[in-house]
Amino acid sequence: MAIGLAHYLTVAAALFTIGIFGIFLNRKNVIIILMSVELMLLAVNVNFVAFSAHLGDLVGQVFTMFVLTVAAAEAAIGLAIVVCFFRNKGTIAVEDISQMKG
Amino acid sequence: MYTAAVFLPLLGSIIAGLFGRQIGDRGAQVVTSALLGVSALLSVAIFLAVAVDGHGTTITLLQWMESGSLDIKWALRFDSLTAVMMIVVTWVSFMVHVYSIGYMSHDHSIPRFMSYLSLFTFAMLMLVTADNLVQLFFGWEGVGVASYLLIGFWYEKPSACAAAIKAFVVNRVGDFGFALGIFGTFLVFDSVSFDTIFRAAPQHANDVVHWFGTDWHAMTVVCLLLFVGAMGKSAQLGLHTWLPDAMEGPTPVSALIHAATMVTAGVFMVARMSPLFELSDTALGVVTVIGAFTAFFAATVGLVQNDIKRIIAYSTCSQLGYMFFALGVSAYQAGIFHLFTHAFFKALLFLGAGSVIHALSDEQDIRKMGGVFKHIPLTGGLMYVGSLALAGIPPFAGYFSKDMILEAAYASGTPAGTLAFWLGIGAAFMTAFYSWRLLVLVFHGKPRADEHVMAHVHESPLVMTLPLAVLALGAVFAGMSFSDMFVGHEQAHFWNGAIATLHPTLENAHHVPSWVPLLPTVMGVSGIVLAYVLYLFMPSVPRMLAATFSGAYQFLLNKWYFDELYDFLFVKPAFAFGKAFWKGGDGALIDGVGPDGVASASRVIAAQMSRLQSGYVYHYAFAMIVGVAAFVTWYMIKMG
Repeated sequence: MAIGLAHYLTVAAALFTIGIFGIFLNRKNVIIILMSVELMLLAVNVNFVAFSAHLGDLVGQVFTMFVLTVAAAEAAIGLAIVVCFFRNKGTIAVEDISQMKG
Repeated sequence: MYTAAVFLPLLGSIIAGLFGRQIGDRGAQVVTSALLGVSALLSVAIFLAVAVDGHGTTITLLQWMESGSLDIKWALRFDSLTAVMMIVVTWVSFMVHVYSIGYMSHDHSIPRFMSYLSLFTFAMLMLVTADNLVQLFFGWEGVGVASYLLIGFWYEKPSACAAAIKAFVVNRVGDFGFALGIFGTFLVFDSVSFDTIFRAAPQHANDVVHWFGTDWHAMTVVCLLLFVGAMGKSAQLGLHTWLPDAMEGPTPVSALIHAATMVTAGVFMVARMSPLFELSDTALGVVTVIGAFTAFFAATVGLVQNDIKRIIAYSTCSQLGYMFFALGVSAYQAGIFHLFTHAFFKALLFLGAGSVIHALSDEQDIRKMGGVFKHIPLTGGLMYVGSLALAGIPPFAGYFSKDMILEAAYASGTPAGTLAFWLGIGAAFMTAFYSWRLLVLVFHGKPRADEHVMAHVHESPLVMTLPLAVLALGAVFAGMSFSDMFVGHEQAHFWNGAIATLHPTLENAHHVPSWVPLLPTVMGVSGIVLAYVLYLFMPSVPRMLAATFSGAYQFLLNKWYFDELYDFLFVKPAFAFGKAFWKGGDGALIDGVGPDGVASASRVIAAQMSRLQSGYVYHYAFAMIVGVAAFVTWYMIKMG
């Protein structure tokens, strides 16, 4: 069985959905949210690369490089925020972070 | 001279009212009294010129309103009727002003009181000199306002405020009728000016007005509406309830407004509109019957009252009834004659009662008086004069006018007139009885006041007794001196067309059987004798009678339960209506849907919305994702 575009897209969709559920089913840890975001970005990257190979257009792969870069920066900033937050509040449990409650 | 006589009291009122602080109590008293004195002297001159010499005149002051065919001017009309009223108003008012200097000397807002009195006098003079119905209405409302202000003069007393409001509201009912009457007059005559109306009246005698799909005799409708106004102002049966309560005001006010002048405005108005009333036998009949029942009803209530001022108030009500049935039987001259004499002796009685109240340390209950004649002989003697005039004992003033009225009622020959005659005879008996009941209980027998009060009983100062003496002169001589002019053989010359009569009642009244003129006097004397017997010689009998006939006694003591009836019929439902509209209409509906509704709705919605703001990051993230998904879905569907 040849691995076609549909397989890649299915994997990407599955990863993306896992990422989404990781964000709002998670009650414990902010870091898991960050990881879920990374997961979603990776799903998008898989899509990019798959379409790039399928269409023979390198722009998709170039874009993936950018996304990876941004994702790395974002992970760094996100982790830095989490560290700051923990220093201030003594917790990074998602349930306790509700200062924006109306 | 003519204008000054009317406007001097206004000047006095303005000076005392606006500059009372600057000129002080004494200044206000002097200014208002002096200006009114001048006005009183001028009105004598006017009386001589207009009524005696027959030079009536009309003075146009200003254009007031002009709209289409409605043309109203400020004008002062002086004819015999006006001249008579001016004499009454200015002289009684002058006496009351002077009397008030003494009576109100302990009050702390004297300038205000004097200002109101003068304002009232001005309004009353505007009323009697009016040249058209609208100006008459102006004066009419002016005296109503002054009356309201003066009844409520002691505004810190809740009962006085309530009485003032009651007087005003009950008068509104009458004034509504009066206003409709004015509209009706304009509808029929296309004018409200007296000259025009009276000249055109005979041509409109059989006019009809269409109303609710029915034809009504125009004159009857107009006259009855005007009469409703007169009933309110003159406290006739049905709209009389305010008058006894109005005694909450200071006694000089009761004498001036609620005895001598304002309450007779209705009588004056009907006499003034005599050319119209003469054209409607129905209206005249209604006037007669209402007047007769008022005379009788008020006299019965007067029999059992215990407040000295209320007795005299009911007596006023009763005498106004006499005047009205005199008008109703077309004896306008007799009605005005009684108005004239009544003003003097009733003002005398009220001021005398004020003097008694003053002497007895503000006691008004006659059950707590008695035996004070030897302490205040002057007041007592003058009260006797007033009561003799009221009871119609010759040769006092009341005898001439009251006899004339009863003779006219008898001579009219109509069923209403005959009814009025017999009710009037009954009322004459009761009038004498309650007057002497008052006199005996106040002045004779054993003192029932405590020693403390009795020790302070003193004759009033000269400034109070002098006006009493002047009014007493009127009470003695007004009848015999003016009888010929008002109702005797000189009457046609005297009235000089100011009063129109189509029915020869007054002529016939001079040719009644000889027992008719005798009967009122006999009734009066027997009433006096009975009162002496019951209250001086057998003081236990009245109490026994009251106990035996307690039903009737309570019925009279509670004034035929008119107040209770009105309370049940009008006041309570009005309050209920008001409450329903206030709580239901305004509170629940308008406020509930409007301001309060919007406010609470936004509060509820905001509370719901704020619950969406959970503060959890993943909720916001979820919302974003759902949003993105929705956008994408929408985009894809749209793009096909």
